[in-house]
Amino acid sequence: MKSKKGILFDSVLCVGCGACYEACKTENDLGEIPEDYFKQRLSDKNFSVIEDYDGIYARKLCMHCAEPTCVSVCPVYAIEKKENGAVVYDADKCMGCRYCMQACPHNIPRYEWASNNPRIRKCTMCYENRTSKGLPTACAEACPAEATLYGDLDELKVIARKRIEENPDSYYPEIYGLDEAGGTNVLILASVPFEQLGYAPNLPKEGLPKLTKEALDKIPGVVTFGGLFLGGMYWLTKRKNEIAKEKLVKELDNNDK
Amino acid sequence: MINKILPKITFWRVVGVSIAIFGIYSIIERFVYGLGAVTNLSDEFPWGLWIGFDVVCGVGLAAGGFTISAVAHIFHIKKYEPLTRPAILTAFLGYAFVALGLIVDLGRWYNIWHPLIMWNPSSVMFEVAWCVMLYLTVLFLEFASYALEKFNFNKILKLIRKALIPIYILGIILSTLHQSSLGSLFLILPTKMYPLWYSQYLPYYFFFSAIAVGFSMIVFESYMSSRAFGHGLKFSLLSEISKITMVFLSIILAAKVIELIATDKIQYLFIPVTETYMFYLELIVGYIIPIFLLSNKELRTSRKWLYISSVFVISGFMLNRINVSITSIQRSAGVDYFPSAQEIGISIFIVTVGVWVFKLISNYFPVFEHEIEEGENDHAENVSVEGILANK
Repeated sequence: MKSKKGILFDSVLCVGCGACYEACKTENDLGEIPEDYFKQRLSDKNFSVIEDYDGIYARKLCMHCAEPTCVSVCPVYAIEKKENGAVVYDADKCMGCRYCMQACPHNIPRYEWASNNPRIRKCTMCYENRTSKGLPTACAEACPAEATLYGDLDELKVIARKRIEENPDSYYPEIYGLDEAGGTNVLILASVPFEQLGYAPNLPKEGLPKLTKEALDKIPGVVTFGGLFLGGMYWLTKRKNEIAKEKLVKELDNNDK
Repeated sequence: MINKILPKITFWRVVGVSIAIFGIYSIIERFVYGLGAVTNLSDEFPWGLWIGFDVVCGVGLAAGGFTISAVAHIFHIKKYEPLTRPAILTAFLGYAFVALGLIVDLGRWYNIWHPLIMWNPSSVMFEVAWCVMLYLTVLFLEFASYALEKFNFNKILKLIRKALIPIYILGIILSTLHQSSLGSLFLILPTKMYPLWYSQYLPYYFFFSAIAVGFSMIVFESYMSSRAFGHGLKFSLLSEISKITMVFLSIILAAKVIELIATDKIQYLFIPVTETYMFYLELIVGYIIPIFLLSNKELRTSRKWLYISSVFVISGFMLNRINVSITSIQRSAGVDYFPSAQEIGISIFIVTVGVWVFKLISNYFPVFEHEIEEGENDHAENVSVEGILANK
C-alpha cells in the first residue's frame, strides 16, 4: 500500500514570492498569470492563492480531507479520494448539483459559472501528472523557502512539530489540519491563530460525513418497519371493515326473521 | 356586458403571456449562456432560489399525495377516498415540475440520469434522486389508474389495480424517506447554517411539516377549484383532515421550543439580526397563527377561515424551507444573495405552467368529480345498507 501523501504549508517561512501561485497556474493550464497575485482569490482560474494578512501570508488550496465531505455528498461519485490522499474530480460523471460546494467545510470547490458546460474546479494535489507518478506537487517544487513541502503525511507531521518546538516564539503552537473535520492531508503552520488568516474555524473534530451517515443508516429500518406496519395496517383495517359488514348483514338477517 | 368581462380576461391573459414570455426567454438565456449569466449564484452561494423554492418547497408542497393515500388506501378510512385524486394529481405534477426546475438548475443537466448507474450510497442527494425517480413512477401508475378509467382501458386498468396496494405502500415509504432526506441534505452543514435552523432533527422537522402542509394544500386546491369550476371536495372532510395538520404543527412547534431550550440556543432569539426576525416570522405565520385558527372549532368549520388557515400553513412552510436553504446560509457565506429577475421569472413560470396543467387535467379527468352531498355519508363506517342487501 502506498503511504498517504500531503502538503505542509508554513506561513512563518513563506516570503510571499508567488512562485507557488505561478507554478499552479502553469501546471493546471489556468491562463495568464496576473501581476497582483495577492489580490487573487480562489476561482475556476485559481486553484491555489496566497492571501496577504498584513505581512502574514496564507495559502489557500484544497485541504484534501482525510474524510472528504465533498466525496461523501456527491450523488454520482464524481469526486474521489485517491490512494495517496489526493481528492480528485471527474467532470464526465458530474451533473452539476453543486452539493460539494455547499457542503465543503473549507469552502474550496469553485465553479465555471460562465460556462454552459461547467466543471467543478479545485486543487487536485497535481494528481494526474505528478503525485500519482511519485513526483511532488508543482507548488512544493517551486517554493524556494521550504514554506510548502510535499511528502509523506506522517513525516510532514513530524517536521511540523519539530518546527514549532525549535521556534516556539515564532509559531502559534498548533497544527491546522490534524483534526479539523476529521483531519486533512494539507497541514498548516502559522504565527497567529488560524482563523485570523481566514482558515475555517470551529470545525468539529470528527469527519462531517458521519452526520449524514447516521440519517442514511436509518433507511433499511424505515423500509422494513414501514412495509410491515403499512401492510399490517392494511390487513387489519380491511378485516375490521369486513367484520363490521358481516355484523350488519347478521343484524339485517335477524331483522328479516 | 362585453366591456365588463373583457378587461378582466385581458388583464390575466396579459399577465399569463408576460410570465410565459419572460420565463421562456430566461430559460433560453440560461441554456445558451450558462448559470452565471442569469443567476445571482456564486462560488460563495452555490444554492439559490431554484433549489430552495423549486425543489425543496416543491417536493414538500406535493406531500398530500402520500398522506392521503395512507389514510384512504392503507387505513381504509374510505370517506377520504375523494381527496386522493386531487392529492395524487398535485403530487404527480408537483414532482414533474420539480424535475423540470432541477434540470434548469443542474449545471450539467444532460447528466441528470447518472445516479441510475453511478452510485454513491453515502450521499443524501443520491438517496433523494432515487426516491424521487421511483416515486414519480409510482405516482404515474396511481394517476394512470384514474386516467385509464376515463378512457375505458379496462385490461391495463385491471393489471394496475391488482398491483395498487403494494404501489401505495411503496409510495408512502418512498415519500417518508425523501421528505425527511431533504432535511438530511442540510445535516452536513453544521458550521455554515445559522444555529436557529441547524438541528440534528432537521429530517424529522421536514417530514412532519410535509405531512402538515400536504393536507393544507388539498384544502387550498379544493377551495380554488370550487371557485373556478364550482365543484370541490366535501367540506367536512377537509375540516377533519385539517385537525391532523394542527396536531403535526403543534408537535413541531413544541419540539422546536424544547430543542432551543435544551441546546442553549434560546439566546439567539434575543439577538436583533435578520435571522431572528425571519425565525419569528416563520413561527408566527407557519405555526402559531394556524394552530390558533385550526384549534378553534368554529373557525375550522368555516369555509373561509379554513381556507385562510391553509394559506398560513403553506406560507409558513415555504418560509421555513427558504429560511433553511437560503437565509440560514447567508451569514457564513458572507454574501447577500437575492435571486435575479430570471431566477424569479423561471420559478414563477414553472409554477404557472403547473397550475395551468392542473386546471386543464381536472377539466378533462375525474379529479374533483367524486363529490358527495353534505350529510350523505357522514360516518366512519363505509357500509351502505343498500349495497349489502344487493349483494346478498
